[in-house]
Amino acid sequence: MKRVALYAAALAFTLFAGFPFYWMLVTTFKQNRDLYVGASDVSHIPWIFNDPPTLEHVKLLFGQTEFPRWVVNTLLVVAAVVVITVAVAVPAGYSLARLAGRWGERLGMGIFFTYLIPPTLLFVPFARLVSLLGLQDSLASLILIYPTMTIPFCTWLVMGFLRSVPWDIEEQAMIDGYSRLAVIVKVAPRLIVPGILTVIVFTFTLVLQEFVYALTFISSVDKMTVSLGVPIALVRGDVYHWGALMAAALFTSIPLAIVYNVFIDRFIQGFTMGAVKG
Amino acid sequence: MTSRRTLADREDVLGSVMLAPALGYVILLVGVPFVLAIALSFSNATAGSLSFQWAGLGNYVAILGDSIFLRALRNSVVVTVGTQVLVIILATAAAQVFRATFRGKRVARFVLLLPWAVPVSLAAIAWTWIFDSTFSVINWTLKAAGLLHGWVYWLGDPALALLAIIIVQAWRIFPFATVIVLAGLASIPQEIMEAAIVDGAGFWRRLLQIELPLLLPVVAVAVLFGVVYTATDLGVVYILTGGGPANTTHVLPTLAFQRGILGADLGQGAAIAVFLLPFLIVVAIAMLRIARRAEVGGAGGTGGAR
Repeated sequence: MKRVALYAAALAFTLFAGFPFYWMLVTTFKQNRDLYVGASDVSHIPWIFNDPPTLEHVKLLFGQTEFPRWVVNTLLVVAAVVVITVAVAVPAGYSLARLAGRWGERLGMGIFFTYLIPPTLLFVPFARLVSLLGLQDSLASLILIYPTMTIPFCTWLVMGFLRSVPWDIEEQAMIDGYSRLAVIVKVAPRLIVPGILTVIVFTFTLVLQEFVYALTFISSVDKMTVSLGVPIALVRGDVYHWGALMAAALFTSIPLAIVYNVFIDRFIQGFTMGAVKG
Repeated sequence: MTSRRTLADREDVLGSVMLAPALGYVILLVGVPFVLAIALSFSNATAGSLSFQWAGLGNYVAILGDSIFLRALRNSVVVTVGTQVLVIILATAAAQVFRATFRGKRVARFVLLLPWAVPVSLAAIAWTWIFDSTFSVINWTLKAAGLLHGWVYWLGDPALALLAIIIVQAWRIFPFATVIVLAGLASIPQEIMEAAIVDGAGFWRRLLQIELPLLLPVVAVAVLFGVVYTATDLGVVYILTGGGPANTTHVLPTLAFQRGILGADLGQGAAIAVFLLPFLIVVAIAMLRIARRAEVGGAGGTGGAR
């Protein structure tokens, strides 16, 4: 009896969480005449394929929309923001964990707190700054601004990660005659690799998910990222191509979902800030 | 350490050099804009021209006398509080389920995390389709089950649209909260629970009198992030309703965007966004207190590592 309740509850939560994705899947591969039947027609079941599945929406998305362009734009921004974030946040995290002494923790928390300042508070001054720099409607504006979100969180992640790495190896290297700088350049990078990987993954997911700044800075359809272009530019006037829209949402969700499943525990350690002892 | 202390051995110098770029980025591109965001709210700046003058409290007087703004402020509070209540209930319940072992748990966990992984804007467009005025699958299901006789225009009615917004926000945040609560459950020492069982405490008694109090800091962290995610979110409302029908479902971020960016009135947009600050200040203070408590509580256990 207890098992039955457990499975029922697990099923209920899974259905609630997964239902929009099932709906994306069904919509993506349905023929239009199966898709656009008013919901007041109770005899037509929308949950299943009443006609054979079709690839026409997928072909439309990849062949006749700017979606492929948005994927390329997104990857370009991801690459640039990853480079900036790793170059800035990893040394900072190391510095706070190993070099800054007792100030490290507090300074780290101060930097982390800036992560809480939301884009919706900063987009007004940023709109002004971006146009002052002549960067409006360019991918460069996103590459400049996105690190304001990734650097605080990633510095915090690297700092937390390093605290779980024993000091022995670096200490031994110094006893062997390495200078402090040589330890940082030659020994530390190998130790931080898993931390850097987490930084890259976090940056990737954040850039893929960001909407507010992209909406504020970008107006040309060919400069858009996936998360902006799909909801804004795939809808033309009142014509919603729901099949293509849901295909885009589905194909973008899959890589993110896989990444989240692998890295979830590391992210959570960052979010709970020591309120949970791992 | 020996006495040879060249520049390459000065920890303070190396530390500062390595920290400087991050600190610079944060100060120049978060700190300064943050101050500017508040300064702009006292100005009559527009997107078109670069010059602006102080307008004193003009923007605030204007928006506080504006029924659309007051409605947006109220909506922000309603959506934020409503979402967190739903999230706490869903997440603590889901955590109780997902701590147990059962067949298919890996698949269930994968699906549970989907709402958090998907970009907000894409989730919002999927829900827009689910709530569609003609093709809503929810309406079909309710009708087929015999629960609905008329018709529901989810996004066409102000109260229902707000409900839809709360559902979507809770849907996308509860998986995150569940995972945090699970991490908290895992950190409760096994001995405590075993002692409680030996003492004859039943499931509900263990849940209410032992686990929930111990989980409080963790649930608080989940709620605080939830508040930030909901109160400051633009995407869900912007895509789901666009603030409509007739400006009844605006929240602070969407109204700030409409006035500040689309309407080019940067000053007023900034003033509207400033009303997000109370939400954030409450969150920041609460987080600091939790962090300090964790620091004090954990000092005995982790002190040796430093």
